[in-house]
Amino acid sequence: MEPLIQIKNLRVDFALRSGTVRALRDVTLTINKGERLGIVGESGAGKSVLGFSIINLISKPGRITGGQIIFKGEDIAKYSLEKMRTIRGDRISMIFQDPMMTLNPVLTIGTQMKETIHAHRNVSNREAEAICLEKLRKVYIPSPERRLTQYPHEFSGGMRQRIVIAISLLTSPSLIIADEPTTALDVTIQAEIMDLLLELCETENMGLILITHDLAVVSEVTQRIAVLYAGKVVEIGPTRQIIDTPQHPYTQGLIKALPQMAGGKRRLNQIPGMMPSLRDMPSGCPFQPRCTERIDKCIHEIPLLTPVEGGGQVACFVRQGGM
Amino acid sequence: MQPILEIRDIDKHFDISGSLLDQLRFQGGKLTRQRTVVKAVNGVSLDVLPGETLSVVGESGCGKSTLARTVMGLYQPNRGEILYRGKRIDHLGSTAMLPYRTRMQMVFQDPYASLNPRMTVRQILEEPVRFHNPSLNRDEVSDRVAEVMRQVGVDPVWATNFPHEFSGGQRQRISIARALVVGPEFIAADEPIAALDVSIQAQILNLLMDAQEKLGLTYLFISHDLSVVQHISTRVAVMYLGCVCELATARELFTSPRHPYTQALLSAIPRLGGRAGGHVKLSGDVPTPINLPPGCVFHGRCPHANERCKRDIPARLTLPSGSVVACHAVEEGRI
Repeated sequence: MEPLIQIKNLRVDFALRSGTVRALRDVTLTINKGERLGIVGESGAGKSVLGFSIINLISKPGRITGGQIIFKGEDIAKYSLEKMRTIRGDRISMIFQDPMMTLNPVLTIGTQMKETIHAHRNVSNREAEAICLEKLRKVYIPSPERRLTQYPHEFSGGMRQRIVIAISLLTSPSLIIADEPTTALDVTIQAEIMDLLLELCETENMGLILITHDLAVVSEVTQRIAVLYAGKVVEIGPTRQIIDTPQHPYTQGLIKALPQMAGGKRRLNQIPGMMPSLRDMPSGCPFQPRCTERIDKCIHEIPLLTPVEGGGQVACFVRQGGM
Repeated sequence: MQPILEIRDIDKHFDISGSLLDQLRFQGGKLTRQRTVVKAVNGVSLDVLPGETLSVVGESGCGKSTLARTVMGLYQPNRGEILYRGKRIDHLGSTAMLPYRTRMQMVFQDPYASLNPRMTVRQILEEPVRFHNPSLNRDEVSDRVAEVMRQVGVDPVWATNFPHEFSGGQRQRISIARALVVGPEFIAADEPIAALDVSIQAQILNLLMDAQEKLGLTYLFISHDLSVVQHISTRVAVMYLGCVCELATARELFTSPRHPYTQALLSAIPRLGGRAGGHVKLSGDVPTPINLPPGCVFHGRCPHANERCKRDIPARLTLPSGSVVACHAVEEGRI
């Protein structure tokens, strides 16, 4: 498999008045061409920051302070803003959580779509419109010619998210980063949007990074899953393996906490405590204060991702044999 | 069994037409006055039995929160009756309602918005105790507060802290403590875990189930998360556009849903380790509750709709399994 993006030891810090918050700490990840990767974690784990940092959308006081993001042989983490624009929205597109916030309420859908095309391609207005119609049909918007002249408020929530997906497809990107694309939507609409994303990735051979807190959604769409905890990848592996035989105690706890996994038992499994504040990290493994299998080493040293059977990697001393 | 709460044919409509000038329309050369009414809840009847968890599920805008608020007397219904232990409560004034306030409590969705940021946890929890039991002395009140705080898993030494000093999960524990502190027997919980992370959701659900077991509470549980509802409910009511389309025991509903909307809703639940693509597709979008469609409210999106569905509102039909379904197709044996 050919890698599309290689993230190496990525660090993102937020320099706040009250101190530096280390949002991502040495994240290393590879996403292959046409692969669908899920990034799961709880709020504050750094999953959105990871998505944003790939196309350098981190705004002040946040900053990439270390590591590389290799895309087509070049380190795009070092790109200037100007140069980044040739990739962002062109080779790599992003879909955000709330389609009402992403679309401009005072411009028609057609204007917004054509604007994107003209920013990246030197085409006539007529050609741009043809591309718009083609992409709107791909996301199953009925009567797209009429829809181009309408404003965002004339669409329902699910339709708006389809429009946003159509916009992300305009330049035929090789990767789409979707940050909680269905969290604001109802469950029946969520199912439609996820089916659509899956279909588009397969027909267009597009890569997808799906960022969400919902393990079930991720497990239905992706091929691999990375679990983020307190700014670190604690486990990564094939989706089936993560769901069926999770290795890291945090992943195990997260999956067991789901009502679907209660298996007739009334009480749900709960992980005691909560995620530490990124300002005030515990020593050693970030999960050790909540971990039931903690050994001495966990308190003193930070575990690194190490391959386990089945093609996954896990950052846990206990799983690595306590050595 | 005598129900603890009876909801009888409730309508709740909101007039959003604004001032007289906003209502005026110029139509066909004549000035007419038009009212715009959101029909949030339409003809809902439900009985809540003592000790059970009755969940109300549905998508946003289906009227499930409005139903809970109407039950609690936060809204006055436009039509219908609400009975608590056989006594009508929907038309009571605030003073006459007081004795019921200690028996019925509510937990809200957003623990960031439902706790007063300028009050300490002690003040938040003591206020309802003092208000409803003026005869208690200071020590008795603070004993009661400490007892409830321990019960919900918040150490009483934190009572002097303010809500912003707690995490979302801790705040929701405090909201639950505020409901429990007056010793209710019925709690309406409106999306109590929707704002929380997965690992915290399990903590709060366990807390709610433990409290129910220990105190014999009855829950009206409002949620859009079907896998949570499946786990904690005794019975489930599915709402669509202000109407209850199916009411069944949790087991019956999740193993053999009858109403076409319930079937679509259940098939849309993302399953751990499942694969996207197999979901029942509904055509179109949810209509607005301002102009309700005639007949069955679901007919525009229903794959089984016929002429009768467009014309007549389906009656509630009790099936041999005990489930209640409002659907012509089920009644006629078409599905």
